[in-house]
Amino acid sequence: MTAQTVKLCETCPAYDASALKRLGVKVGAANYVVALAGNPNTGKSTIFNALTGLRQHVGNWPGKTVARAEGGYDFNDRQYKLIDLPGTYSLLSTSVDEEIARDFILFGKPDVTIVVVDSTRLERNLNLTLQILEITDRVVVALNLIDEAQRHGIQVDARHLSRRLGVPVIPMAARRLQGIPELLQAVEQVAKGLYTTRPHRVHQFGAKLERALNGLIAQIEQEYPGLPNARWVALRLLDADASIEQAIRDHRLGELNRDIEAASTEKAAPAEVVA
Amino acid sequence: MSTPLPILEKAQRLRAELGEDYHDKLMEAIYADAAQIAESSMSRSSRHASPSFDRALDRALTHPVGGFLTMGIMFFVVFWITITGANIPSRIFGDLLLDQLYTLLHGIASALGTSPWLSGLLIDGVYLATAWVVSVMLPPMAIFFPLFTLLEDFGYLPRVAFNLDRLFAAAGAHGKQSLSMMMGFGCNAAGVIATRIIDSPRERLIATLTNNFSICNGRWPTLILIGTIFVGGAAPPALASLVAALSVVAVAGLGIVMTLLVSWGLSKTWLKGVPSVFSLELPPYRPPQILRTLYTSVIDRTLIVLWRALMMAAPAGAVIWLTSNVVIGGVSIAGHMVNLLNPLGLLLGLNGVILTAYVVAIPANEIVIPTILMLTLTLGRNIAGAQSGVMLELDEGQVYSVLTQVGGWTLLTAVNLLLFSLLHNPCSTTLLTIWHETKSRKWTLVAALLPLGLGVAATFTTTMLARLF
Amino acid sequence: MTQLTLDQLEIGSIAVVRRLNAGGAIRDRLMDMGLLPGTLVLAEFRSPLGDPVAYRIRGALIALRRSQAREVEIDLSEGARE
Repeated sequence: MTAQTVKLCETCPAYDASALKRLGVKVGAANYVVALAGNPNTGKSTIFNALTGLRQHVGNWPGKTVARAEGGYDFNDRQYKLIDLPGTYSLLSTSVDEEIARDFILFGKPDVTIVVVDSTRLERNLNLTLQILEITDRVVVALNLIDEAQRHGIQVDARHLSRRLGVPVIPMAARRLQGIPELLQAVEQVAKGLYTTRPHRVHQFGAKLERALNGLIAQIEQEYPGLPNARWVALRLLDADASIEQAIRDHRLGELNRDIEAASTEKAAPAEVVA
Repeated sequence: MSTPLPILEKAQRLRAELGEDYHDKLMEAIYADAAQIAESSMSRSSRHASPSFDRALDRALTHPVGGFLTMGIMFFVVFWITITGANIPSRIFGDLLLDQLYTLLHGIASALGTSPWLSGLLIDGVYLATAWVVSVMLPPMAIFFPLFTLLEDFGYLPRVAFNLDRLFAAAGAHGKQSLSMMMGFGCNAAGVIATRIIDSPRERLIATLTNNFSICNGRWPTLILIGTIFVGGAAPPALASLVAALSVVAVAGLGIVMTLLVSWGLSKTWLKGVPSVFSLELPPYRPPQILRTLYTSVIDRTLIVLWRALMMAAPAGAVIWLTSNVVIGGVSIAGHMVNLLNPLGLLLGLNGVILTAYVVAIPANEIVIPTILMLTLTLGRNIAGAQSGVMLELDEGQVYSVLTQVGGWTLLTAVNLLLFSLLHNPCSTTLLTIWHETKSRKWTLVAALLPLGLGVAATFTTTMLARLF
Repeated sequence: MTQLTLDQLEIGSIAVVRRLNAGGAIRDRLMDMGLLPGTLVLAEFRSPLGDPVAYRIRGALIALRRSQAREVEIDLSEGARE
């Protein structure tokens, strides 16, 4: 199963172009779509600028007054589209920023989501990281500001962190451009499915909650077989997330697993336009 | 197509069973894992100790005396560097663009035999206005924004918000508004963009609508000029420069008072009940990256604002030239406008020329005084050789004699101009930015009319009081 | 004895969060900041104008207004030390 996924994903981007269009992103000729998430003040925009340079465009999220930056970069003959998500501390609250970020990761299905983490505020930053790992397993953690952490006498064991989170963790000092090549490499590997992530999932919800959750997951999976993040959908439904309830009413949720089915029957090759 | 609604029903039923603390339980579980993973991946000396340097710095920068002293000094130094530093490049740009290139363009136009109409419209109108905006706007912005960004990068600005939050909280606003306000002292359009740091929609809107009460870069020269030649000139010579400086500071201070008052008014009336949440993180201090900051603040802030200003200045230059040169019934359009606005102007203790200048020079406050001088001279006794539609600059002595002898200005006119300079609609660049940021015609209109209404009320009141006594 | 709330925590003291009384968006925001039952909080320093106060929460320095801190019930931490 894993081997086959790897082979397929070399040719098929996971992103959903029509959903992305609804989210205001024109994919164009890009082979992969990468989302950039993180807490405010983590150097997210430094990484965004370092990756895209002047190839960026600033606009707004559709119907929102929240600014969005998107840009592109090439790596090993592949074009990547990078979308800067609003900086948030969490994805579970009601603010507009958080709604934009979680809807993008869930419905836009970026090929990779880079989570920028401040090494000097690890615990608080991991809160967001774990939430993102509940939605998508295609994650690379950019462990930024390691120079600052060292200055404050903090050592972070990136290998250990990577093992615990189940995704690549790249130590970085983005302001000195340290770790950028390694980040690009990790993003490529996850995008192409060469790195099989085993995302950490939170399992300490308590027996009563787990029971309710499992019942709901079962029903969701029955309705939408193969849905990759049924657990997250269930978690959000129990939290009365209006956008997911709406997606169920609009039958948009079913589309979330459509590409995967399509990919296993036919080879949907991406439009390969070399600039 | 199957109906997935049973899922929603089941979710609702389970939600009722789980009770209200579901969300809390979820957050607790995630945080528990986050804490455990962080703890096991990290090694450091003490769990709660923040580094002593940061701690000492925080104590000093938020100290009742030291904190305010530092803010005052920082504020003063930033503006001093901006104003003195911008002088030289502004003069060079002025010399190059307004003098040499301008003369050269006219030379080329007459060599090509271009009709005076076309060369007037393009060179005296469009070119001169854009060149003016570049030479007066670019240098201070290119100095002010990087300085501001350096303070931001270092982590100082959130401490300012922390120190001043109580003032803004009393006005129903967010402490971070102090930062967008300070940014507004450089440029209101940039100040409006800076309100993005306020994550609560209500407080952000308050900050957006009141940013115009920060005297921007385009208005400082007007205040300094008028404050020096009229207010300072009315004082005994020994005190002249002190009184002039005080008048400028008084207007800027009045701006801060207006910011707080109007914020308070908005939060108590129009924006009452709009939900608000407060959060302010004080990030760790970080050594600023000087070159990177220069680069990004020039790209992000200076060029974007300058571009918008140019897009506004070019058509306005054409409008200024046309209104002065298109003659209907023996009088130029500008002449008609001045005559039409004169009664209102006099009622406010200003005059028709001033109001006309504020209408046609809406793209940038920088060109208000040159436009006033041009209109005063071309519509009155032209004692300084001004041409219709060609903005001009004069030295202080000339400005004084033109405005008093030809324009009929008094000390009251000057005081009212100082007030009106603070209290009038934002420039079109700022309005465009407000529209971009709020995507709301209503709030853009409010942002334009609210200060204008206050300006009319303030100048009217001053004039009435002056005539009474 | 009445229940202590976070706004009563003296500068330099540590407490454990017992309960959040706020609801809605304010509660969400407090939890986003990492303030949950069981969380250790250290009151670091006060704004020169008296409000807000900066608290050390999960390694981050967060300013809370008195009106927010009043919604957080706390227990003084045993052996609390600066």
